[in-house]
Amino acid sequence: MGELEMEKHVRYILTIEKKKDDFVSLVIEHLRINGAYWGLTTLDLLGKIETIDQDEVVSWVMKCQDESGGFAGNIGHDPHILYTLSAVQILALLDKLDVLDIDKVSNYVAGLQNEDGSFSGDIWGEVDTRFSYIAICCLSILRRLEKINVEKAVDFVVRCKNLDGGFGSTPGGESHAGQIFCCVGALALTGSLHHIDRDLLGWWLCERQVKSGGLNGRPEKLPDVCYSWWVLSSLVMIDRVHWIDKEKLARFILDCQDKENGGISDRPDDAVDVFHTYFGVAGLSLLEYPGVKAIDPAYALPVDVVNKIIFKK
Amino acid sequence: MEGRGVLKSESLRRSYVTPVLCVVVVAAAATPPPRSLCPSAPHRESVAKEKMHGRPRKAPKPDDEASAAKAAQLQTLQVQLLQNHHDKIYTKEALEICAKLVEVNPEHYTAWNYRKLAVESILRSETDADAIKAILTQELRVAESALRRNFKCYAAWYHRKWVLNKGFLSLDHEFRLLDQFQKLDSRNFHAWNYRRHVAALKNLSLEEELKFTTDMIDTNFSNYSAWHNRSVLLSDLLKQKVQGYSHREKVLTEEYELVHQAIFTDPDDQSGWFYHLWLLDQTVRPDSPVLTASWPPEGSELVLSFEHNLSGGLLSPFRTVYSDDGVFPIVLCFNQAVGGVNASTVTIVYMFNKNEDLSWMPLSTDNSGSAQAWVTYLNFPDVKDLSQAYPVEVRFGHSQGIVTSSGCHYCCPSQFAFTVSLHSFNLEHSEVASNVEMVVWKDDGFNAYGGPIMDLSSIVSFDQLKIDKECLQKASSWQSETISNEIALFRELLSEIDCKIGNLTLARLLMAHDAMMSYQPSQQKKTHSKEVLDLFIGLMKMDPCHYRYYKDEHSLVLMEQVTSTSDSLVRHCCQYDHQISSGLHNLICFRLKNMSLSRIGFIERLLWVQMLDLSHNELRSIEGLEAMQLLSCLNLSNNKLRSLTALEPLRLLKSLKVLDISYNEIGAHSIDTTRYLCASPLSHAVGTDWNINEDVNNDDNVRKYWEAVVIFKGLHLTQLDVVGNAIADERFRLLLSKVLPCLKWLDGEVVH
Repeated sequence: MGELEMEKHVRYILTIEKKKDDFVSLVIEHLRINGAYWGLTTLDLLGKIETIDQDEVVSWVMKCQDESGGFAGNIGHDPHILYTLSAVQILALLDKLDVLDIDKVSNYVAGLQNEDGSFSGDIWGEVDTRFSYIAICCLSILRRLEKINVEKAVDFVVRCKNLDGGFGSTPGGESHAGQIFCCVGALALTGSLHHIDRDLLGWWLCERQVKSGGLNGRPEKLPDVCYSWWVLSSLVMIDRVHWIDKEKLARFILDCQDKENGGISDRPDDAVDVFHTYFGVAGLSLLEYPGVKAIDPAYALPVDVVNKIIFKK
Repeated sequence: MEGRGVLKSESLRRSYVTPVLCVVVVAAAATPPPRSLCPSAPHRESVAKEKMHGRPRKAPKPDDEASAAKAAQLQTLQVQLLQNHHDKIYTKEALEICAKLVEVNPEHYTAWNYRKLAVESILRSETDADAIKAILTQELRVAESALRRNFKCYAAWYHRKWVLNKGFLSLDHEFRLLDQFQKLDSRNFHAWNYRRHVAALKNLSLEEELKFTTDMIDTNFSNYSAWHNRSVLLSDLLKQKVQGYSHREKVLTEEYELVHQAIFTDPDDQSGWFYHLWLLDQTVRPDSPVLTASWPPEGSELVLSFEHNLSGGLLSPFRTVYSDDGVFPIVLCFNQAVGGVNASTVTIVYMFNKNEDLSWMPLSTDNSGSAQAWVTYLNFPDVKDLSQAYPVEVRFGHSQGIVTSSGCHYCCPSQFAFTVSLHSFNLEHSEVASNVEMVVWKDDGFNAYGGPIMDLSSIVSFDQLKIDKECLQKASSWQSETISNEIALFRELLSEIDCKIGNLTLARLLMAHDAMMSYQPSQQKKTHSKEVLDLFIGLMKMDPCHYRYYKDEHSLVLMEQVTSTSDSLVRHCCQYDHQISSGLHNLICFRLKNMSLSRIGFIERLLWVQMLDLSHNELRSIEGLEAMQLLSCLNLSNNKLRSLTALEPLRLLKSLKVLDISYNEIGAHSIDTTRYLCASPLSHAVGTDWNINEDVNNDDNVRKYWEAVVIFKGLHLTQLDVVGNAIADERFRLLLSKVLPCLKWLDGEVVH
């Protein structure tokens, strides 16, 4: 098994940050703020957050804010709860939450809650448990959880629970590891993990590990490095992460590195991207890989960043 | 699935599988596996799916001309779109640019928002129904071509839904499109979600949709999505008792037959695994909550001793409860978490308190207000009349109110009674006793218990359900037959092929069988513990990736074995009789030392335990321990506890005085797996506000060791051992002595 190529991954992230004109960069231009969160969090987990110009990042992030208080994925785009969380996470990471008008942002998020407790992603009304997690996480970071009806929010998430112990995007939706992360995270942040049958969900999640050591997101699917985060963080939150073979998973993630140019891909020998680089490094963090900072499984931010916010003076 | 080890047991097929479906299963085994698209991930990475998954890694090279042109075109489209969006230009040409853009880049969410604004703007001035239809149909076309490019595009699916919700359009076209899409990718959960949405709009019957899942499964049983949707539909059908589904047992029997084919055709394919487990759960789980144990048990005769650390040579060690202040717990344990246990749902009759003055507390720290175990405390005055035994009667279930989160009520009128005699000491003794002594856990301080076993039997409740004979939950003949059938079937499968799911399911079936039998007090209880233990040992070897899962299951079965009879319990009982101690030598210690336990269970059978030795095991968790309300001394040393938050259950053990957590892994791990299972400001648990002024006093240690503050604050420990943990440095010890004001010994040294 190779080692984690920390230096090369740092260099890779710094390079793509500059790249804006090729097709792949253009296609994801509208979610650049997600990319910034993935890249910056990875840098922090690798202990290299100081290599970027933080003021430049903050001023760009603030340019993505809309009058409504929500953030867009990039300058000129529409606001959406998906990008609002990334903006808040980036500012938390850089310890710059004080540049925000906290009430304005939290009102935007709280305003997206529906009568049944669910959340819409934006004014157009798509409902998904992803947005429930995002709202709860975002307001927790901003310390404004009281702005929503938490009980109803939890009820909606619980309505999306399935008979296999997992969760779907809406009531009746199939269990999916990414969706499970969102729902388990939402329940964790609201002291509501008792709604989960942890042995049942734990078995479903640990069976996501396939022979190669990697994790898939649903039964009979291919493994993918991104599930090193979705599955692993869920298993950590319900205290069942010991049910998988951690060493084998670490090996799978390390095998997905581009050892020449840095970056991590979904599966060995595929093209790398910042999304999988983040999930690979975050997964290794949850596996306690030496030299990688600890990440919080619910907030998806480094533990020291979270503790600083929650247990501040 | 081709090339997999397909089970070809003719005898299994003949006896259990209906012939029609048999053909289908064989055909399914030859269909290729689902398309290896990237599993769609949740938030934040939508486009990533198409562009970031499954691309082969190539050496970076300068962009060739074609791709540069492609990039330039995309950039132009994106710039134009944003410009039109901001200028609110909704002309035909502008919409054409947008359509081109979402065809090249379907995930461009602002483009879809722009389209919706455009449609709304045009519709405002349009009244002709046909024109409206034409506009909306055009939107469906744009969404369709985007979906053809990327099946998993959230924005395009939602756009379609948004258009459809406007009304005007026929739903039939949607089903035709879905049939096409679901044939190409039968696991696409967007399509399944959309299908549920359209079916609801069209008021399609649940049966019709169930038929669709049957067809999908018949085409290829390796379709977890179809099994999932089936479980959703079937639950609804059973709940609503739709015609043809009122006979629950018949329906479930047919479902067993269907899922057998999936499992027996290819035991390694997971599609049917979880469905089978769900059926098993549906078969054996009682709807209403069941009382599994109480403390004290029915008919027990107890002694309440007012001094905690006294030698009471005359007192029965099992039947004596020690309390400094006459507080006596009553505990109710249920098979699932319930709420609504209070003075109006439970009546306690005894002479010193009024029932309405008693308050019940859930033994949990989460925000639910419900728990599997509940406690209330009786108060006995320190009267010197030793001759009298005071009767206590507990009645509940006579009215509704004790209820599970799913709304099932405990509806079984129950009662139990016991007596409490009071025991006090003369002054001379009391003076000696006030010198609390240190507990020493060394082996030579424990003697095998030589007293009468009767004493133990009288305070352990194995057949708690006897107390509610009236509504004893007897397994129906269908239940026992079904489980026996399943057991026979899986034994047969294993005789054909030694597969993981076969072994695991057999173990689960045998446990379900034993649990079902335990509800039948009259019958002889033949348990399969030994066989189940062997099955789990086999699984650890067969599937080493999930070793710790089987290990945990194995531990639970061990706990069941140890706690199943008085005889086995008494083998683990020792009398604590340390030489230097004059005070504690009448205590009985329940010792489960060195048993390689990684998990504990069946705590409802241990409610009588006051001193517990779990040292030298592999425990990572002590979940469940909170029900042991009599516990005063606990040894958890030499285990694998990884963090202080794993000690959460201790917060509810108000009698705990002596705790040994030495030689664990506390502080040695960067990731805390119980961080969110412990009520704290992180989980916004009620009553855990981090009151910085009160707690911290600018003390950085408190922030650094917040878990210690959360766990130990409120406990009255007199003795604590923490040595041998990474966390146990001088700063930490200093903090402990501050947080625990009653502490007398820390790691064997007197605290000053």
